[in-house]
Amino acid sequence: MTLNSSAAIVIGIGNSFRSDDGAGIWVARRLRDQLQDTVSVLEATGEAGALLEAWEGAAFVILVDAVRSGAAPGTIHRFDAPAERVHSISFPGSTHSLGVGEAIELARALNRLPPHLIIYGIEGGNFGPGVEMSLAVARSAAEVAERILSEARSWATKVPI
Amino acid sequence: MRMSGKRIKVNYLARVEGEGALQIKTRGQQVTEVKLRIFEPPRFFEAFLRGRMFSEAPDITARICGICPVAYQMSACHAMEDALGARVEGPLRELRRLLYCGEWIESHALHVYMLHAPDFLGYEDAIQMAREHGEIVQRGLRLKKTGNEIMSLLGGREIHPINVRVGGFYKIPAQQEIAALVEKLKWAREAAIETVRWVAKLPIPEFERDYEFVALRHPNEYPFNEGRLVSNKGLDIAVREYDQHFSEQHLPYSNALHSVLNERGAYFVGPLARYNLNFDRLSPLARQAAEEAGLGPVCRNPFQSIIVRSVEILYACEEALRILEQFERPEKPAIEVAPRVGTGYGCTEAPRGILYHRYRLNGQGVILDAKIVPPTSQNLKTIEDDLWDFVPARIALPLDELQKQCEQAVRNYDPCISCATHFLKLRLEHE
Repeated sequence: MTLNSSAAIVIGIGNSFRSDDGAGIWVARRLRDQLQDTVSVLEATGEAGALLEAWEGAAFVILVDAVRSGAAPGTIHRFDAPAERVHSISFPGSTHSLGVGEAIELARALNRLPPHLIIYGIEGGNFGPGVEMSLAVARSAAEVAERILSEARSWATKVPI
Repeated sequence: MRMSGKRIKVNYLARVEGEGALQIKTRGQQVTEVKLRIFEPPRFFEAFLRGRMFSEAPDITARICGICPVAYQMSACHAMEDALGARVEGPLRELRRLLYCGEWIESHALHVYMLHAPDFLGYEDAIQMAREHGEIVQRGLRLKKTGNEIMSLLGGREIHPINVRVGGFYKIPAQQEIAALVEKLKWAREAAIETVRWVAKLPIPEFERDYEFVALRHPNEYPFNEGRLVSNKGLDIAVREYDQHFSEQHLPYSNALHSVLNERGAYFVGPLARYNLNFDRLSPLARQAAEEAGLGPVCRNPFQSIIVRSVEILYACEEALRILEQFERPEKPAIEVAPRVGTGYGCTEAPRGILYHRYRLNGQGVILDAKIVPPTSQNLKTIEDDLWDFVPARIALPLDELQKQCEQAVRNYDPCISCATHFLKLRLEHE
């Protein structure tokens, strides 16, 4: 996919067969219909190389992923990646921190960071096999979807697409 | 003061493919314990598949692994077609092979450049390597992307492809979309030649064991989808005889199963096994690249798997080009497949080695039971056995260096947990 220089993209990361790990994917699916004309929505496993490819050419990127940092399940984290180094962001137990954190640092090393990169982390509790999110995580996923919707729309109105 | 014993413990949380930990205990010059624990998603999926329709298996099993969804789809399709008496031939078969080329290129480039090469060059991870060798890392990423582009064209999308079905595909790409890949693959073929030359110069540890290599072997192709299961120690069986020769052992310390050959125990699957059993099926260019890289027709050093993997990238680029250039549009995107009672067996060559599926269906096409044996669980015992041999000769090394070398040895097998392993949290415990 080639995006124009003002393009925005939302990437939901996770595995919907690992319970709360499906939060990012759930958010992406929820947003796909609502954002279809203005912002691309993708799903990803969180593998670093694939993330770099996915956001290539995009000016504004929002990632959403389940994390495990020790906070209460459902806690919403929000980070501005270009402004901070990833280890200071600290997704210590994220099921994807490897991929997401690595992707951001790798992109930084290769000068492939998007100009604007926001990361939403939804604290998960149960990462075991399963297709249902726990209640607190499901609620937060819905809230994150709303917040991303509003951020992405406000970006889209600022920039002619 | 010299410690009487030490414990190397490598804990990690994997993302998609599983969770695991490696624990090695030593006492004096002796290794007393090697345990590689992984969480194995197929166990969950085997249960999840029961009661589902045969046609759902490719899409459901594709979710088991984010890196090799095509392998799961292909093994599922072949097993279902075996059960239902269908055979996919001609241009559809070629397109399946093309799709598999995409996955090999994608998966192997990821492993060679981003996960394994940093070990050989003494970098903590690909990020550190990228700071000093940006161009090389960019080449790896572009190569990987070329594989992704094949997967997204034929699979419908890059992650969790959805265009594959029992009997063929849902939609066949247009001629111009196929043609657009040709130039990219020509670049990738050159990049693959450069990759083989580059990895051939890496410092390779000396280490060999007398392995039993197991791979598919086809009468005239380097294997992706079809063939007999053969080994260098006399195994030569049809895929449907798998369960008579291989079994899975429960281990108290892991919810993964150890696969063994009933007669001889541990065995070795993946690029090295394919290469050793199918060297004569490689293209002349791939054979030449292997020879120039210093490989003979048989290679027993698992650390050289990084070279073999690169040779396979080259082969997959050439094979993809051949298929793209000879592309004939199939009349229909899929052949008709009707449900019937039966049991089907499928085994294909995932990037990491043979992936076995078995399904039993009722007359309505409902799955009654499923068995899935991923390549990593087939290599687990061999990985542990390697470490039993590998550690004693290096026991005098400082612990952190020994840990790094153990990780590098595990990564020879590109276990599906490997995506995570550059972020290993190492914890040392002394007995």
